Amino acid sequence: MKAHVYVVSKQSVLDPQGQAIGNALRKLGHAEVAEVRQGKYFILTLSDALSTSAAHAEVERIASGVLTNPVIEEFSFRLEEPSR
Amino acid sequence: MKFGVLQFPGSNCDQDTAHVLSAVARQPVVMLWHASPSLEGVDAVLIPGGFAYGDYLRTGAIARFSPVMASVCRFAAEGGPVLGICNGFQILCESGLLPGALLRNAGLRYVCRQVHLRVETADSLFTHLLAEGQVLRLPVGHMEGNYFCDEATLTMLERDRRVVFRYCSPAGEVTTASNPNGSLANVAGVLNAGRNVLGMMPHPDRSSEELLGSADGFGIFQSLVQALSAVGRT
Repeated sequence: MKAHVYVVSKQSVLDPQGQAIGNALRKLGHAEVAEVRQGKYFILTLSDALSTSAAHAEVERIASGVLTNPVIEEFSFRLEEPSR
Repeated sequence: MKFGVLQFPGSNCDQDTAHVLSAVARQPVVMLWHASPSLEGVDAVLIPGGFAYGDYLRTGAIARFSPVMASVCRFAAEGGPVLGICNGFQILCESGLLPGALLRNAGLRYVCRQVHLRVETADSLFTHLLAEGQVLRLPVGHMEGNYFCDEATLTMLERDRRVVFRYCSPAGEVTTASNPNGSLANVAGVLNAGRNVLGMMPHPDRSSEELLGSADGFGIFQSLVQALSAVGRT
């Protein structure tokens, strides 16, 4: 099973990298881009022995306890079941 | 009285910090390796600058899980003095010993230069020999020094006078132009609620001898040494 974890800074937190990328995109002619926020994307490969609910709980613990700093970041994730 | 300087793989100001304590302040110093939970009976802990564990995930994110940091958290909870400089400040924030976080510099550039700091409170182990309003000249060298916390936290820090240093002009004015990294309210250093844990981005370890261009940082070490010797006498 794979877990795809997305981490991005909270809306209330300044994201100078995202701003710089947004400015660059507009300079390149992509005038329709109103805002860019840059984040991190983790792909965790988990043991296939793990049940979906156990994987869900484990990824939640990893994402909230290690992969993000709750003061400045938030996360979301999805699980990808192994193909049979 | 004994001082402990933490060493993580990637620390690079550990020797500078130990040098100031031993050669300039003339105090006994032990180096504390990250993998050991023992603080060897030290009276104060210093967390030096550098890139602990490479700072790969986030600055200080992995260091907070080290055996030595579990002991530092207990030491701090019992009132033990802890000073975190630069990466040490980042580690203290990640560990939850200090509020807030250090973001990427607003200008997206590594900043390495002398800055001016205004002493905002003399009510701490680390600043009692300094005068409120006094301007210090210290160097910074960081990529992630942009202090951030939510509004409620900032209000609390201001109310309890836990902002210890603010970036300022040479004349002591707190201005946007004197802020090297975009820090909220020009915050350069903060205390915990117990006032025994201080984190700061500028380097007093690199400014404790005139030979290095400024000895203004030494007052911070001196304050701590004197506070601890006063405790020892009573």
